[in-house]
Amino acid sequence: MRAFTRHDGLVAPLDRANVDTDQIIPKQFLKSIKRTGFGPNLFDEWRYLDIGQPGQDCSKRPLNPDFILNAPRYQGASILLARKNFGCGSSREHAPWALTEYGFRAIIAPSYADIFFNNSFKNGLLPIILGESEVDELFRQCEATPGYRLSIDLESQTVSGPDGQTRHFEVDAFRKHCLLNGLDDIGLTLQDAEAIRDFEARHSQNSPWLFARLG
Amino acid sequence: MAGKTLYDKLWDMHEVKRRDDGSSLIYIDRHILHEVTSPQAFEGLRLAGRKPWRISANIATPDHNVPTTPDRKAGVGSIADEVSRLQVQTLDENCDHFGIFELKMNDPRQGIVHVISPEQGATLPGMTVVCGDSHTSTHGAFGALAHGIGTSEVEHVLATQCLIAKKMKNMLVRIEGQLAPGVSAKDVVLAIIGHIGTAGGTGYAVEFGGSTIREMSMEGRMTLCNMAIEAGARVGMVAVDDTTLRYVRGRPFAPSGEQWQQAVDQWRDLVSDPDAHFDMVIGLDAADILPQVTWGTSPEMVLPVDASLPDPDAERDPVRRDSIQRALQYMGLSAGQAITDIRVDRVFIGSCTNSRIEDLRAAAEVARGRKVAATVRQALVVPGSGLVKAEAEAEGLDQIFREAGFEWREPGCSMCLAMNADRLGNGEHSASTSNRNFEGRQGAGGRTHLVSPAMAAAAAVAGHFVDVRELLNKGAQA
Ligand code: SF4
Repeated sequence: MRAFTRHDGLVAPLDRANVDTDQIIPKQFLKSIKRTGFGPNLFDEWRYLDIGQPGQDCSKRPLNPDFILNAPRYQGASILLARKNFGCGSSREHAPWALTEYGFRAIIAPSYADIFFNNSFKNGLLPIILGESEVDELFRQCEATPGYRLSIDLESQTVSGPDGQTRHFEVDAFRKHCLLNGLDDIGLTLQDAEAIRDFEARHSQNSPWLFARLG
Repeated sequence: MAGKTLYDKLWDMHEVKRRDDGSSLIYIDRHILHEVTSPQAFEGLRLAGRKPWRISANIATPDHNVPTTPDRKAGVGSIADEVSRLQVQTLDENCDHFGIFELKMNDPRQGIVHVISPEQGATLPGMTVVCGDSHTSTHGAFGALAHGIGTSEVEHVLATQCLIAKKMKNMLVRIEGQLAPGVSAKDVVLAIIGHIGTAGGTGYAVEFGGSTIREMSMEGRMTLCNMAIEAGARVGMVAVDDTTLRYVRGRPFAPSGEQWQQAVDQWRDLVSDPDAHFDMVIGLDAADILPQVTWGTSPEMVLPVDASLPDPDAERDPVRRDSIQRALQYMGLSAGQAITDIRVDRVFIGSCTNSRIEDLRAAAEVARGRKVAATVRQALVVPGSGLVKAEAEAEGLDQIFREAGFEWREPGCSMCLAMNADRLGNGEHSASTSNRNFEGRQGAGGRTHLVSPAMAAAAAVAGHFVDVRELLNKGAQA
């Protein structure tokens, strides 16, 4: 996994609550058996004027000029400013895959749906939670300031902006550790293989029917 | 010391290890796989040179993008959409390669993951159940700890039989009293979501309790738990009782003989202790629940069928005002319009929420002797599994549907998410028994209204939303 330590980047504001994963990456693009190739279809239905099909060359499609990420001032954005309950809906990990492939490294919102939040960490995408009023303030500043950038420091758990303010965010210690070091969870869990085997032995004694062969 | 909730008990039964940071390793008993969220996990496993930890924990079936038309009998090679075909083939190959038990596309037991696993007795009380699909909460109806996971976690479970998790908070949603005729579990769960909002359950494991739930069938409880995720809760649960045991007994992978007794003794404890502590308790009166219809682009945008659409100008909160406005615009509806004035173009009865036998019976009762309105372009009935289909056919439900003008299909997810050929056209309204009404969910530009199976059948017959109780009062048509 790609490590996340510090990041300084251009901010794009997506001013909608309850943005769901069907919006982030519509289902017709889930048919891939790969982890890559989703970036051009991020927010497909909002971003383009036509209806997207998998396997299309997106560079030739008509862009929706009213969609915020298409505005010239937000090209190259790597921090997404969002509203509450971001990433609700399906469990598709294609959502963080699409966001990171597009170039986002972090999201800032007042709240996230649980599964999306979890999936983001596994893909080196940092979902930062700030208070509702702090997020409001960032939206105001971002919209008022062309070229608005923020600096994120995961080690010190801070977001700093051009207003000279440093905002603190909470992050789970284990997730922080994995993200800082780019660690793969599976490798870490397998260090506990013995504990898992012990548990499994007890568990199958207590409830042998859980271990029945299917088929 | 306070007693334990059902969730606390399930958690304690599966905690392998508490880690220094407060998270835990949780052992997974059952892992269900389908074609959309597993290929990248298998690929990751192979790239790392890893093997599944315990093959017998896994059960797989293709469901999301299998065709539901009869020509699929010709086999996987006959799937017209190339990418869909590749996904189904990839699942078959991965399962064959690793020796994972799979109900393949034309197996008579194939169906939607959340329908087949309970049906086979592969979902049992007291289990931890996960699947790369958010509606895995369905299996909580059995007094199991069940939730959706992402693809990285699918790979993690395959490789380690565990998940890294943090314990959630406990919520009790208590519903008391008797539901009116024509009001079903779907209406209950939509009413709950309308009440607490789509993020109301975020961070909670939700237990549904109260006399209404105790009276509810397993099918109804599955519908309820299925949509816990639409209230933001990854986990929905119902305590084990006789209804649970009656459903489980005799299923192919359920314990039998001496083990059955041993299991039942354990399962009887899968209830919250009377003095258990819940971080939040919500109460609803069953008698207050009317048939529900969603009007907007989020499941919380839901109203009783006799209501009128909200006026954004009457909303003080700017973010809410904005989302009401946007939703009305997307849906092509206007403030103040009566729900019963909304016309429907297509009707979909199916999905992991409402495609079980009881759902089909409820819809058939309304459809019997009536005709799908001429203005309705298509009305689909898609059973949740091959076994549901066979049972419905044995009861003659397929005949009732066909005579009324519904199409009777092969099992799969179908128009719930329109990954196969079943979908809404741009601007079309559906009455759908599925679980999500997000923009474009059932096809680009499509406008979904979530309802119960009986309400969907009623809308099919009337051509617009109608209180199903009016039809039921008139009795079945001869
Ligand atoms: S029926 Fe719909 S919600 Fe259920 S698993 Fe299939 S796609 Fe997901």
